[in-house]
Amino acid sequence: MSKELEPLSDPGLPEHIHRKADIDPIAAKRAERQVAILFSLSAVGTLLFIYSFFFVNEDLFIFIPIMGSTNAQQLGIGIGMAASLLFIGFGAVHWAKTLMPDQEVIAERDELKSEQSDRDEFVKSAKAGAESAGLGRRPLIKRSLAAAAGLAGLPAVLLLRDLGPLPGNSLNETSWKSGTRLVTDPGDRPIRPSDLEVGAVAQVMPELAPGKKRTLENIAKDAVLLIRLRPSEFQLDAERFSWTYEGIIAFSKICSHMGCAVALYEQSTKHLLCPCHQSTFDVTRAAKVIFGPAARPLPQLAITVDADGFLIAKQPFTEAVGPSFWERKS
Amino acid sequence: MTARERIAGNVANYVDERTGAAAWLKKNLNKVFPDHWSFMLGEIALYSFIILLLSGTFLTFWFDPSMRHVVYEGSYQPLKDVEMSAAYASTLHISFDVRGGLLMRQIHHWAALIFVAAIVVHLLRVFFTGAFRKPREFNWILGVALLTLAIVEGFLGYSLPDDLLSGTGIRIAHAIIQSIPVVGTYLSFFAFGGAFPGEVFIPRIYIVHVLLLPGIFLALITVHLMLVWYQKHTQYPGPGRTEKNVVGYPLMPVYMAKAGGFFFIVFGITAFLGAVASINPLWLYGPYTPGQISAGSQPDWYMGWLDGLVRMSPPLETYLFGKTISWNILIPGLIIPGIIFTGMALYPFIESWITGDKREHHLLDRPRNVPNRTALGAMSLTFMVIAMINGGNDIIATHFDLTINQIMWFSRIGIIVLPPLAFVITKRICLSLQRKDRELVLHGRETGRLVMLPHGEFIEVHEELSPAKKFALTQHEQPAAIELVKEDARGVLNPKGIRAKIQARLSSANAENIAKPTAAEVKELESGHH
Repeated sequence: MSKELEPLSDPGLPEHIHRKADIDPIAAKRAERQVAILFSLSAVGTLLFIYSFFFVNEDLFIFIPIMGSTNAQQLGIGIGMAASLLFIGFGAVHWAKTLMPDQEVIAERDELKSEQSDRDEFVKSAKAGAESAGLGRRPLIKRSLAAAAGLAGLPAVLLLRDLGPLPGNSLNETSWKSGTRLVTDPGDRPIRPSDLEVGAVAQVMPELAPGKKRTLENIAKDAVLLIRLRPSEFQLDAERFSWTYEGIIAFSKICSHMGCAVALYEQSTKHLLCPCHQSTFDVTRAAKVIFGPAARPLPQLAITVDADGFLIAKQPFTEAVGPSFWERKS
Repeated sequence: MTARERIAGNVANYVDERTGAAAWLKKNLNKVFPDHWSFMLGEIALYSFIILLLSGTFLTFWFDPSMRHVVYEGSYQPLKDVEMSAAYASTLHISFDVRGGLLMRQIHHWAALIFVAAIVVHLLRVFFTGAFRKPREFNWILGVALLTLAIVEGFLGYSLPDDLLSGTGIRIAHAIIQSIPVVGTYLSFFAFGGAFPGEVFIPRIYIVHVLLLPGIFLALITVHLMLVWYQKHTQYPGPGRTEKNVVGYPLMPVYMAKAGGFFFIVFGITAFLGAVASINPLWLYGPYTPGQISAGSQPDWYMGWLDGLVRMSPPLETYLFGKTISWNILIPGLIIPGIIFTGMALYPFIESWITGDKREHHLLDRPRNVPNRTALGAMSLTFMVIAMINGGNDIIATHFDLTINQIMWFSRIGIIVLPPLAFVITKRICLSLQRKDRELVLHGRETGRLVMLPHGEFIEVHEELSPAKKFALTQHEQPAAIELVKEDARGVLNPKGIRAKIQARLSSANAENIAKPTAAEVKELESGHH
C-alpha cells in the first residue's frame, strides 16, 4: 500500500564516543565526588526539615520577596523536604549519566503474534472445552443461564434505591408562602421598604417559624435578592409591575442556569450577573436574559407590605427556582 | 566468597526456590529502553500518582469527610466561631494546626495538577508520533480511560473541603446531573440523598476519591505498564533503529538509576511548589452556602475547557409536552465531552481504516511526515484551547480590560472558525517542512559561506548531510491512497458503496505528501556534483 521506492541505505548505529570519565580516572574520581556531594546536600535538606519541624516557632512569619509574609515553619519544612528529595534525584541521575555505562545496546523484538501451531492448539482446546460442557447441545441451559445472570444484576441496581428519596414535587416548592415576611440575611430581621434606598440591593430569606433553623437546602431554594429602583425605571407588564412595591423588586438569587448565586449587581446598568457562567439579567425587564447561557429569567417573587409595614411575599413563587430539570413546566 | 555474598545468595536461593523468579529476572534486568526526553512524560504522570497516594494518605489521617455542622474553634482567627461543615473545619485544622499539614495539602494539590497535565502532554506525544498504532491500541484506550478518570478524580478531590469555591463547583455538577433528560432529577436526588446540598454528598464522594477510583487507577496503570513492558517501547527512527529492534540502555543499572532518580526529582519539585507556591487558599473563601459566591470563581485547569464550553453555550432550552430539555447544559456539559472522549478512544481504529494499514509499528512518526494526523491534532487542540480561554473569560476581562461579551463572542465564533483554520495551516506547515527535508537531503545544509568562483560568480557553499542524517530524513514510508473500486471486473458494484467512497476520499487526503528523495535521485545528484 505504500509507494515505496528504493530507500536510502541505513548506515547503522554511530560509533560510540567515550565520555571523559570513561577514559580519564581523574574525571571519574571528580564525577564520583560530585555525586557524593549531591547526596550530602540531600542530607542537609533533611536536617533543615527536622530543625524547622521542632525548633521554629509556628507563629513566626518572615518576609520573602515575591512570596510576601510567609510562615517560617511551613517554609522551612517544605524547603527541607524538597531539598532532601531533589538532591537524591540529582545525584542518582548524575551518577547514571557520568559513571554508568552509556553505550547503547540493541535488543531484538520478538513478534507479538503467537506461533500458528499454538493458535491452532488454543482453538482446539477451547472448542473441546465448550464441547464437553455441552453448551451448544443444551440450549435450555444456555438460555436459562443467560436470563438468570441478567436478572442477577437487578438486585445490585435495586440496592441503590435508598441512596435518596424520590424528588416528588419538592423541586417546585420553596418556603415562600403568601404573607411570609422577608427577613435580612444574616440577621433575620424583618424589613420595611424605607430600609432600602433607591439603588440598594439586599439578600433576604423567608422568615422562619420560631425555633426553626434554616438549612442549606432551604437557602439553596429560598435565597432572594431585593433591588430598589425608581418605579419609572421598570419596563414591566401590568401584572409583573404589581409584584413590585414602591420600586422594590424581588428575584430568586439562584441562577436559572446552573444554580449559582447571582450575586453581582451593576448599579449603573441595572444588570445582575452570575459569576459562574456570566449569564446577565436585566432587572428593569423582569430579569430577562440579555447575555450568556441562561435560557430563562430569574423567577420574580411578588411582594407587598403587611399591616405592620414590613415587606412580605404576596404569593409563593409561580415557577420552580434554580436550574432546569426534565419535569419542569414552562 | 564474602559473608555478604553468601547472605545475598541464600536470600536469592530462598526466594527462587519458592517463586522461580530468577529466570524471569535474568531476562528482564537487561531489558532495553530507548532514551528520549519525551518518554519521560508518562513517567511524570506515574510518579505524580505515587506522590498523590502518599500525600493523600497523610491528609486522610486528619480530614473528616462529614457535612455535620460544627463551630470552628481552631487557630485561624478570621473564621473563629463561624458555623461550617466538619469537612471544612478539618481542612482548616490540617492547614493551620498540623505541622506540615498545609505543605502536604499543597503538595497533594500541585501533584494533582501535574498528574493531569503530564497525562495530557504524554497523550499528545503518543498521538503526534503515532505511538498508538498497532499493536498499542489497547494501551491508547487505557490511557484515554486514565485521563477521563483523572479529571473526575481531580474534581472530586478539590470538591471535598466544602469551601465556598468547591461547593459552587458541586452546585454546577448537580445542575449537570439534573439536566439529564427523563432520569436527571432522580439521579440527582439519589446522588445527593435528597435536595441539594444535603448532608451525604461529601462522605460519598470521599470514599470514591480515596478508595474506589485509586483502586481502579492502580489496576489500569498496572495493565498499562505491563503492556509497555511486554510490547517493548517504541523508538524514534534513526540509523540502526528498525521495526525489528529496540536500541537503548539496559534497565539495570542505567535506567533504574535514571528513572529512580527522576522520581525523586519530580517529588522534590512538587514539594518545592508546595513549600513556596500557595494553591487553593480555601480559608479565604469561607464555608459553602448556596446563597453566596465569590467573583472570579474558577475550577482547576483541567476543568477549564468544560466550564468554558458551558459559558459560551447559546441559551437554548426546549419545552415540549410539559417537559424541559436544557440544551445549554447538555450540549457543552455532556454531549461534546462525550464525543471528544469517544472520538479520542476510537482514533487508532479510524486512522487504520483510512490508511488501510494493519501492520505493526514500533518506529515513531515525525509529526511532519503525517500531515493529516498532525493537522487533526492541532485542530483539536485549538478547539480545547479556545474553550479553555473562555473558561477564564472573567479573569481575562479584568486583567486585559476587555468586556466579557467581547471574549464570549470571540470564543463563540472562534471555536467554529479557528479549528478548521488550524488544520489547514498545520497541514501547510507540515508539507513545507517536508519540502525542507527534501531540500536538505538533496542539496545539503546552507553553510552561510559565500565563495567567489574564478569567473566571478558568487555561490553559497552547501554542506552535504551525514549519511546518518540523510537516512533519518528519508527512512519513513509515504502512504499511497486507497484506490476506489467502483465496480469489479465483471461489473458488480462495490457492495461497500458510500463507505468505500469516504475511505478513498480520506485516504487520498492522507496521502498528500511531498515526495521524499529516493536513493536514485540522491545518487544522481552525487555523481553530477562531485
